[in-house]
Amino acid sequence: MKLLKEGYKTVEKIAGPLLFVSKVARGGIGEIVKIESNFGEDYGQILQIVDDLCVIQVFGETMGLAPNNTVVWLERDVVKIPLGIALQGRILNGRAMPIDGEGPISCIEKWAPIQGNAINPWRRKSPHEFIETGISTIDLMNTLVKGQKLPIFTGSGLPADKLAAQIVKYARTPATSADSSPFMVVFAALGITQREASYFREAFRESGAIYRGVFFFNLAGDPSIERILTPRMALTVAEYFAFEKGYDVLVVLTDMLHYCEALREISSAREEIPGRRGFPSYMYSDLASIYERAGCISGIKGSITQIPIVTMPDDDLTHPVPDLTGYITEGQIVMDRELHGKGIYPPIDVLSSLSRLMNKGIGEGSTVPEHRALSDQLYAAYGRFKYLIRLKTIIGEEGLTPTEMSYLSFGEKFESEFVNQGERRRSLDETLEHAWNCLLTLPKDELHRLPVNLIDEVMLKRGTKA
Amino acid sequence: MQDNRGYIKGISGSVVTSTCFANTSIYEVVYVGSERLLGEVVRVRRDVADIQVYEDTTGLQIGDHTIFTGELLSMKLGPGLLGQVLDGIGRPLERLGKKSPYISRGTHIDAVDDSEKWYFIPRLQRGDDVGPGDILGEVEEKGIKHFIMAPLDFRGKNSTISWMAPKGEYVVDDVICKIGETTVKMFQRWNIRTPRKVGRKLDLDKPLLTGTRILDVFFPLALGGTAVIPGGFGTGKTVTQQSIARWANADIVIYIGCGERGNEMTEVLEEFPSLTDVRRGIPLMDRMILIANTSNMPVAAREASIYLGMTIAEYYRDMGYNVAIIADSISRWAEALREISGRLEEMPGEEGYPAYLASRLARYYERAGNVVPLGSPQRNGSISVINAISPPGGDFSEPVTQSGLRLSGCFWALDKGLATKRHFPSINWAQSYSLYHENLDRYFTREISEDWVPLREFVFNILHDGKSLQEMVQIVGRDGLTEEEKWILKLSELINIFYLQQNAFDPNDAYCDSGRQLVMLNTLKLLDEQIRGALNSGVLFEQIDSQFAFVADLMKLRSQNTEDYENSLTSYIKKLKEELSDLI
Repeated sequence: MKLLKEGYKTVEKIAGPLLFVSKVARGGIGEIVKIESNFGEDYGQILQIVDDLCVIQVFGETMGLAPNNTVVWLERDVVKIPLGIALQGRILNGRAMPIDGEGPISCIEKWAPIQGNAINPWRRKSPHEFIETGISTIDLMNTLVKGQKLPIFTGSGLPADKLAAQIVKYARTPATSADSSPFMVVFAALGITQREASYFREAFRESGAIYRGVFFFNLAGDPSIERILTPRMALTVAEYFAFEKGYDVLVVLTDMLHYCEALREISSAREEIPGRRGFPSYMYSDLASIYERAGCISGIKGSITQIPIVTMPDDDLTHPVPDLTGYITEGQIVMDRELHGKGIYPPIDVLSSLSRLMNKGIGEGSTVPEHRALSDQLYAAYGRFKYLIRLKTIIGEEGLTPTEMSYLSFGEKFESEFVNQGERRRSLDETLEHAWNCLLTLPKDELHRLPVNLIDEVMLKRGTKA
Repeated sequence: MQDNRGYIKGISGSVVTSTCFANTSIYEVVYVGSERLLGEVVRVRRDVADIQVYEDTTGLQIGDHTIFTGELLSMKLGPGLLGQVLDGIGRPLERLGKKSPYISRGTHIDAVDDSEKWYFIPRLQRGDDVGPGDILGEVEEKGIKHFIMAPLDFRGKNSTISWMAPKGEYVVDDVICKIGETTVKMFQRWNIRTPRKVGRKLDLDKPLLTGTRILDVFFPLALGGTAVIPGGFGTGKTVTQQSIARWANADIVIYIGCGERGNEMTEVLEEFPSLTDVRRGIPLMDRMILIANTSNMPVAAREASIYLGMTIAEYYRDMGYNVAIIADSISRWAEALREISGRLEEMPGEEGYPAYLASRLARYYERAGNVVPLGSPQRNGSISVINAISPPGGDFSEPVTQSGLRLSGCFWALDKGLATKRHFPSINWAQSYSLYHENLDRYFTREISEDWVPLREFVFNILHDGKSLQEMVQIVGRDGLTEEEKWILKLSELINIFYLQQNAFDPNDAYCDSGRQLVMLNTLKLLDEQIRGALNSGVLFEQIDSQFAFVADLMKLRSQNTEDYENSLTSYIKKLKEELSDLI
C-alpha cells in the first residue's frame, strides 16, 4: 500500500485515445496511470515522454474527459496481470476483468508484467512434435507442430472461426509419450462481434475446452485501445501455464487485423509518420513482440503454439497486416473464396498455404515415412491441375492429352474429397487413405516424387482389398 | 568522472534524449539508467543528445542518469569467437542463456572468453621489425589457425620486437609481445562502424561455390562478391541461405539473423553442430559465427548487428581466410533504421526510409571484396556478402531491393509462383543475373571443363525457347508446334525438374559439386542430340513421349549416390540410343 499518491491535474491536450499531461516529475516509460474524472475511473499507460510532458494512451474511452476535470494518478508500476491456476475456465474481458459472473479471480500466485521478454535464441528448442488437428489439408500438407505459430489468413465471410473452433476441438498430440504434457487453450478475441463471440463460446462449451481454457473477450464495441493489452495478457497467461506449469498451450488470437487497426489509431493520434496504408512503420517489431512469444524452451516442459487469425481486407495477401504476419510466423493457412463458393469446407487453398516447421514433425517416428513425399506429390499434381484448368479454358478439352485429362479428374477428386472433409475429424490414417485415392487416379509414371516400391506396395494392397 | 554524466530528458521507444556536453561525439557509447543499458549517440544538438538504446527501455524514467564513455562501439576480437552465438551488440547468448531463458538487460560481457586458455606459438622473435597487421604468432581455434596480428592502428616510433612470449598457454588478456614500448595482447578492439584497413583490393577471379546448381552454373557469385536474394515470405529465402551457409566453399561463415524468427536460429544451432564441413571434415558449427537479433529483440541492436558481423568477418579475412557473410534479412535492418529515424523525427524519404538509406547500405556492401590484408607475410582474404531482402508484398520496386541491385553483382530473384508449385530453390532464371560471368568463366574453363560455358549456354537457350513456346501454346494450342518445338518444350520442362530444382532435404541432392553438375549438363546435351536425331529421321514426338518416362528416369538417376554417377548416366544415354534406334 502506497501512502503517497502522485496526482496531476495538468492535462494539456486530449486527442483521440491520447492524453498529454505536463509537469510530470520523473515519469517512467511504460508506466500505468489511473485517470479520474467526473465520469469515473479508467487506466492508461505512458507511451512517450518529452521533458515533463507525458503522452498517455487511455485504455477506455476518452469521451467526457476535459482538461479541467481530469486527474492523472501515477501508479509507478507497469501493466501486470494476476496469475494462478484458478484462471482455468474463466472468461475475462480485454483487460483481464472476469465477465463470467463467477466473482473475482481467486488464488492469485503472482502478478506478472504483460510486456514479456524475448526468449534467448540459444535457449529455444526447435518445435518438433506433431499435432494432429484432424484436418487433412493441415495434417498431411501443412503440418502443425507444437510451439509453432501458424496463422489462418481469411477473407470476410469465409469460415475461419469455424476452422479455428474445429482445431481447438480436435487438436491432440499422439499419446505415445508417457510424460506428455496436459493440453489447454488460451483464447483472445480482439474486436470480434457479439455474434462471433457467442459462436466461439458455444463451440468451446460444446467441445469442453471451456473448462480447461482461459478466455479473453474484447468485442468490437469495447474500447479499441484495450486491444493493445489483450493479446499480451493472453500470452502472459499462456507463458505461465506453459513454462511454469508444464502445459502445452494453444493460443488462438482473433482477429489480428483489429489489433493492427488499434495500433494505427494510436499512431495517427501521435502524429507519427505513417507507413504503408497508414500503419505505423514499427508494426513489424510490434507484431513480432506478440508472435515470437510462441515456442519451446530447452530444459522446460510445456510449449506455446499460436494460431492467430488474420482477415485479409479484400482478400489481399499483400496487405500490410497479412504480409508482415507472414514474414514473422512459420507459415500460413490460406482460405480461398473460390473453394468456399464451390461449397467446399474447409476452403483451404493448399497452394498458398505453407508450414515451415512441417519437416520437423513428420516422417519416421512421428507420422509415416512417406509423409513428405506424399505431400510434395499432392502439391505438384494439384499445381499442375491448376495450370491445366487455365490452359483448358484457352485451348479447350480436346487440346489436352490423356495424361493431362487424368490430372483434371485428380484435381476435382482432390478438391471434393480430400479438401472437402466437412466438420468431422479425420485421423491421419483416413487422411492418407484419401490422399492415395486421389493420387491413384494419375498414371503411375506421373508420381515421380514418390518411391516406386511404395506405389507398388500400395497398389498391391488396394488391389487385393478390391 | 562526475562531469560526463547527463540525465534523461525524454523517452520515445528505443530512443532516449539526454543532456550532454560540448565534447559529446556522435556514435559515442552511453550507459543509460540505473541498469546501465547500452546505447549510442545518434544525434547531438549543443547540450542535448539523442541516444539509440540497444536494450528494452521499459521502466526508464525522466531524470535517470546517463554516462558518456567517450568511446565508440567496439568489438573485442580474438580467439574463441568461432562456433558462438552473439546478440546484435556482440554479447554471447550461450553464457547469457545459462542464467535465464529470457534476454536480460544491462549485462555487459565480451564474446571472447577471458578465462579460456590458448596454446600460443610465436612466429617472430625478439629483434624482428614489425608493421601493422604482421602475423606475430598463432593459436589453434576449432581446427583453423587463428593468427595473432599486430594491431592495425599500431604506430610506435620503435617497431622492433623487444620481447616475445615463449610457446605456451595464455588467456586472451595476457601480453604476448612487446613492440618497442607497446604491449600486444592476444585480442584487439575495433570500432564496428569503421572498415578495417587493407593493403590493396584484388580482382575477383574465383567462385564461391554453393553446391546449388542454378546458382553455380547460371548465376555464380565470386569470392569477394556481393549477392542479393529478394523474395516475399514463403519463397525460400531462409532455406536457400542456410543451404549456402552449409555448403559454400568459404573458410568462415558469419550468419546474421537480423530481425527474423527465433526458431530459425535455433534450427541452425541444433543442426549445424552435427553436420560436417564437406571440405575440412570438421563440424560445420566450428566454422560459423551466428549473430542473432530475432524480430522481438531490441530494434536498435538490429541496426548494429550487421556492422558487428562485418567487423568479425574483416578480422578473419585479415588472417587470410575466405569469409562469407550472410544476412537474413537486410530489409529488417533498413526497417530498424527507419524506425529510429522516425523516432528522431527526421524527414522521411522514399517509403518512409531515411534519405541516407542508400549511402548506409553502400557502406555495408562495399566492405566486401577480395584483398591483400596489411602486414606480412603476404596473404589473400576475401569477404563475400549474401543478403536476403524481404520486400513488402513481394514487390521488388521498393528502395531496399533497388539499392541492393545497384550495389551487388548477383541478383537471385525468388519467385512466389515457383514456390507455390514447390519448385525449390524457387529462383527465377529469367529474372536473375550475375555480373561475375566474365571473371569466372576463365576459372570454370580452366578448373572444371572447357565444355562448362558452351553447356551452360545450351541449357539457357533451351530454357528461353521453352518459355516463348509455352507462351505460344497458351494462345494457339499445341497443334501449331513442329515436332522439334514439342521436344524443346518437353526438354525445358525436364531441365526445370531435373536440373534447376534441387531437394535440400535429400542427402544425395542437397549438395551438388561442380563435377556432378557437369555430368548432369552433359547428359541433357546428349539426350537432346539423341532425340533430335530420332526426330530428324522421321520419328514422331508422340511416339517418343509415350515410350519414355524421362522425368521419372532422370529423377531416379539424380537421387543416386555420387559413386558411379557418371557411369549410370552414360549407360542411361546408351540404352536410350538403342531404344530410339528401334523406333527408327
